[in-house]
Amino acid sequence: MTVTERQQLSYIAAQAADARVNLEIETEGMTLNIGPQHPATHGTLRIVAKLDGEQVVSAEPVMGYMHRGYEKLAEVRTYPQVTTLINRIDWLGSFANEVPFILAAEQLMEVEAPPRAQWIRTILFELSRIANITLFLGDMAVQVGAITPVFFAFRDREHVLNQIEAVTGGRFHPNFDRIGGLKDDLPAGWIDETRQALRKIRSFCDQIEELVEGNEIFQARTRGIGVIPAEVGLSYGLTGANIRASGVDWDLRRDNPCGLVYDQVDWKVWTHPDGDSFARFWVRLQETREATKIVDQLLDGIPAGPIMAKVPVIIKVPPGEACVETENPLGMMGYYVVSKGDLFPFRVKIRSASFSNVSITPWLLKGVYVPDIITILGSLYFILGDIDR
Amino acid sequence: MSSPDTDTLAADAPASDEAAADEAAEALADRLRAALGDALVESCTRRATHWIRVRRDGWADLAGRLRDDEGFKFFNFLSAIDWLPSPFGREMDSAVDNALSPPEPAGPAEIATGAAGGDSRFQLLARVNDPATGRSVIAKTDLPDDDLSAASWVPVYSGADWHEREAWEMFGIDFRGHPGLRHLYLPGEFEGHPLRKDYPLLARRVKPWPGLVDVEVLPEPDEPDRPDQGGASS
Repeated sequence: MTVTERQQLSYIAAQAADARVNLEIETEGMTLNIGPQHPATHGTLRIVAKLDGEQVVSAEPVMGYMHRGYEKLAEVRTYPQVTTLINRIDWLGSFANEVPFILAAEQLMEVEAPPRAQWIRTILFELSRIANITLFLGDMAVQVGAITPVFFAFRDREHVLNQIEAVTGGRFHPNFDRIGGLKDDLPAGWIDETRQALRKIRSFCDQIEELVEGNEIFQARTRGIGVIPAEVGLSYGLTGANIRASGVDWDLRRDNPCGLVYDQVDWKVWTHPDGDSFARFWVRLQETREATKIVDQLLDGIPAGPIMAKVPVIIKVPPGEACVETENPLGMMGYYVVSKGDLFPFRVKIRSASFSNVSITPWLLKGVYVPDIITILGSLYFILGDIDR
Repeated sequence: MSSPDTDTLAADAPASDEAAADEAAEALADRLRAALGDALVESCTRRATHWIRVRRDGWADLAGRLRDDEGFKFFNFLSAIDWLPSPFGREMDSAVDNALSPPEPAGPAEIATGAAGGDSRFQLLARVNDPATGRSVIAKTDLPDDDLSAASWVPVYSGADWHEREAWEMFGIDFRGHPGLRHLYLPGEFEGHPLRKDYPLLARRVKPWPGLVDVEVLPEPDEPDRPDQGGASS
């Protein structure tokens, strides 16, 4: 069934279901404006929903309240300066934003980071994933009215942020990745502290599982809500846990690690066949556990050696085009970098995960009830900086 | 990698992968050529990335072929490139940056296009993937200056909707058959197309860029390896 057919059918079904009720109580359609300043929108996403009773007839996200024009700004900044900008795209997992851009520049320059740098990169990449998704796990419970888990999330995320800060000096914006390696090496004693932080994250995952996952209210609010068939999700460009929750076994960390060392450790890609809000939550919960396992194994085998390859002090990238994508906390993030052999990139196209993930909402929100808008948006999990760029 | 041993090792493994990827890309290009005829202008692979360039009249047909015949179910992104060299040159750089790398004397503004070639200022760019096999392809098409329009991909890939709206407002490219081209990021009354090269970056005019204020010292090339702290040995 194509998208449009399904859209039509769901709309007709929704109309038919309410037709009898509306006949009796003579309701009119109304327009509900959610946001731009609404806690459920994680920033400044505005959703204009046309309602028929409690049911959504059409929903249209309006964004741009936070558009910063990074693609234009990147054209007047040198390659090392661009990482400062792109740190602010997904601000909960900032280090992960830098990696694909640096990898694209390295690809054009034909430089490869030394093994030690690749390992530490992968560790920091996974730590930012944990820091990012931890917050989702707590936040998802808030969407259905449970306040406590989000405090646990903030409490335990702090352990991971401390570890990121200990290496990079920045809690949120590390700006640590360099073309050809990393800015600095690990501080002394960091590995043991990180193991402790990972233990705390694992017990946090257990806590969330006990508190939220089995909760009757949570299940009632998320099971069977916001179902995305795999075919539709792929054509809308959904990635990350959103598409894996629809049963698509696709993870760039395994399928195209592209300069990161995921092939050196033993781990598993989690999928869920249901495609509903609950599946998206469940997949992310498993992924957080899996990420702690990945980091634990990587900590065991960090190779010795330098952390920077030989690169010129003034970086001029040879002409060419490179497209590098990685599996970021929010989904696939990619940079299409066009170089003309100058200090500055000629064009940088930023393919951010949330932009595509949220583009499905007009289709997905059709026919749902108003309270479900909140849980569906929560389960899609987007960061406004990642939509607006 | 610095040592000669690792060099050969690293070069060997990807070489076979790359050769296989190149072969697959060539096979795909041949199949598309058979289907689209001379609408497919060029196909090239570099560093395991595959570009194809089609004539503008084959753009919509290409999307259908890629999704239905070739299994590229996943829509990655759609955007455009303005190949015009910036008419503002380096005038917006700071004095410090200019001293580091003196701007080349402004020559005639020639348009030079990148991978898979091109012969117009504006080029559309789209990428699709196949999650089942991990293949991916980047499609390009040239848009003539006097008619910046192309067929919309929305009927094939629903996700192209927002990407085309973005390209429309940022580059001024019209998409025939798009369900509703309206502003995505910019306010409704905004004039101009900001990502075009001849659109000045106004922020730089208002407040000049400070340039290099904080110099980071790179590690010396001869610095001995740092002791491995708690690596494999611990």
